[in-house]
Amino acid sequence: MKLLRFVWVNIFRSKRRTVLTIVSVMVALFLFSTLRTVITSFQAGVDFAGAQRLIVRNATSLIFPIPLAYRERIASVPGVTKVSLANWFGGTYGDGRQFFAQFGVEPETYFALYPEFILPAGELETFERERTACVVGEGLAKEFGWKIGDTVPLKGTIYPGDWEFVIRGIYRGGDDTVDTRQLFFHWDYLDERNFQGRGNVGVYIVEVSDPNLAPKVSQEIDQLFANSTQETRTETEEAFQLGFVSMMGNIQFAVNLIGFAVVMAIILVAMNTMMMAARERLPEIAILKILGFSDGDVVSMVVVEAMLIALIGGVLGCLIARVLFEQTHFTMGGMFPSFIVRGTTIAQGLAISLLLGGLSALWPALQANRLREAEALRHLS
Amino acid sequence: MALVELRDVAKVYYRDNLEVPVLERINLQVEKGDFLALMGPSGSGKTTILNLIGGIDVATSGEVIVAEQDLGKLSRKQLAQFRARHIGFIFQLYNLIPVLTAFQNVELPLLLHKLSPKDRRERVLTALGIVGLEDRAQHYPRQLSGGQEQRVAIARAVVSDPDILLADEPTGDLDRTSATEILQLLTRLNAEYQKTIIIVTHDPHAAESAHDSIHLEKGVLSHAPAAVRS
Repeated sequence: MKLLRFVWVNIFRSKRRTVLTIVSVMVALFLFSTLRTVITSFQAGVDFAGAQRLIVRNATSLIFPIPLAYRERIASVPGVTKVSLANWFGGTYGDGRQFFAQFGVEPETYFALYPEFILPAGELETFERERTACVVGEGLAKEFGWKIGDTVPLKGTIYPGDWEFVIRGIYRGGDDTVDTRQLFFHWDYLDERNFQGRGNVGVYIVEVSDPNLAPKVSQEIDQLFANSTQETRTETEEAFQLGFVSMMGNIQFAVNLIGFAVVMAIILVAMNTMMMAARERLPEIAILKILGFSDGDVVSMVVVEAMLIALIGGVLGCLIARVLFEQTHFTMGGMFPSFIVRGTTIAQGLAISLLLGGLSALWPALQANRLREAEALRHLS
Repeated sequence: MALVELRDVAKVYYRDNLEVPVLERINLQVEKGDFLALMGPSGSGKTTILNLIGGIDVATSGEVIVAEQDLGKLSRKQLAQFRARHIGFIFQLYNLIPVLTAFQNVELPLLLHKLSPKDRRERVLTALGIVGLEDRAQHYPRQLSGGQEQRVAIARAVVSDPDILLADEPTGDLDRTSATEILQLLTRLNAEYQKTIIIVTHDPHAAESAHDSIHLEKGVLSHAPAAVRS
């Protein structure tokens, strides 16, 4: 581009205005990234879901258990390769303000079903051996300053009483969709203290040999327990997680709506400033045209300048959101296991920035294009 | 063939649906190497003639032929290329870009030509040397006097070595001393560098620097000296 240096000089001709414009775009894109991350964090569980895993739960509601006796029958269904189980514990830690998930699991089978939870072999063995042991995610350990050997006291809500677990392992996630703010302990330990009676399971996790078999296997499992007092509902882990996401449907809509309104308001202000800046430059554009620069040259100059300012603001806004939430291990008060601004969100943010730059340049570019040299010369005089 | 030739040129502007005739049947020839002054009262059409010759306006009727090109037949893009190649403009208010240094202002027209940065630099410094401002290359317009700004504008006009320099009231905003310096510079460009110069002026002193002068009165040439056939 012939006038690239001129574009650069123009950007810094009014430093205060440029900085303020960049800051407004930055704030808009920071908000966009944050709000978009709320949505993607809701979806994270779905992304985490394994294609070969099914969840078997009570058909009436997730809050009702299913019998331990179902296990063998589920395992006998053709296509099923592994079966494990888990119970939601729902205890509180400390003053209860910082929420994290706790599950009673079967150590021998659970971690084999979830290779995304990376736990050193030695720690898994110790966890398997000790009845009151637990395993925590590295996010949780970092947040509370826990280390192996520490005791975690929990107050039961669904399962009343005081519970204590000794940390024997700290797992890390295979990728950023893995929730590292969870605590796993022995299902047996939970079962023996369950006042509702023993032999109750929250959900079964089933692995199938081929993802294509999932619908058939699900149907067969549910048919096994049809017309019993505790019928089952089997679905893919993704569908299971989507059920939780759909519960948040209205919240997502509200977040989207408010976010859109706020971001648009800021963007319109930024656009107005950028349009004013470009309009003020029309006399100089007239000079350039008189000197022999074409309509295309001056239009591209106006567009590139606006897009560059918007892009700088966008990059800053998205990157600040990304670094800030990552470095502070932000979880929105424990609401989300991981609150990470994803690459797709950043890409969307940058696309919005470029669009904003393009839109704000539209009118000045049209004016620059329409500007007739003789007419402009009269104004210059 | 004359470098500039206007044949039966008329120009009409339309303002608020009103027809405003500015030029009527203008015939004019300017030979290569001429230094011509266009004089006349405000609104007589002097600047319009300059704009037509410079390809920044088009005639309503008639032919404007400059450097063997009929400007009425050129597209906007071709007109822009024509200006970049053949015309150097000098304005009353200099019209330098305030955020660019003298060097960068003079360099602007060269960005339209395929030149290496080294060649551009040499040509810019040569042009600034001709107007005596090599030492002010890194100064911004606000750091220069009016006369110096106009000299930078002249350097910008000559840097791409155009055939014709069109100057619209180049001394109109200057004191007498600076005006004299600018006129001397234009005379030198005409004499030493064989630049064809057409200058619009109200100032008889400025017109004296030219070889010939013509007078416009209400869009009609009222006086035609030897070099000018009407």
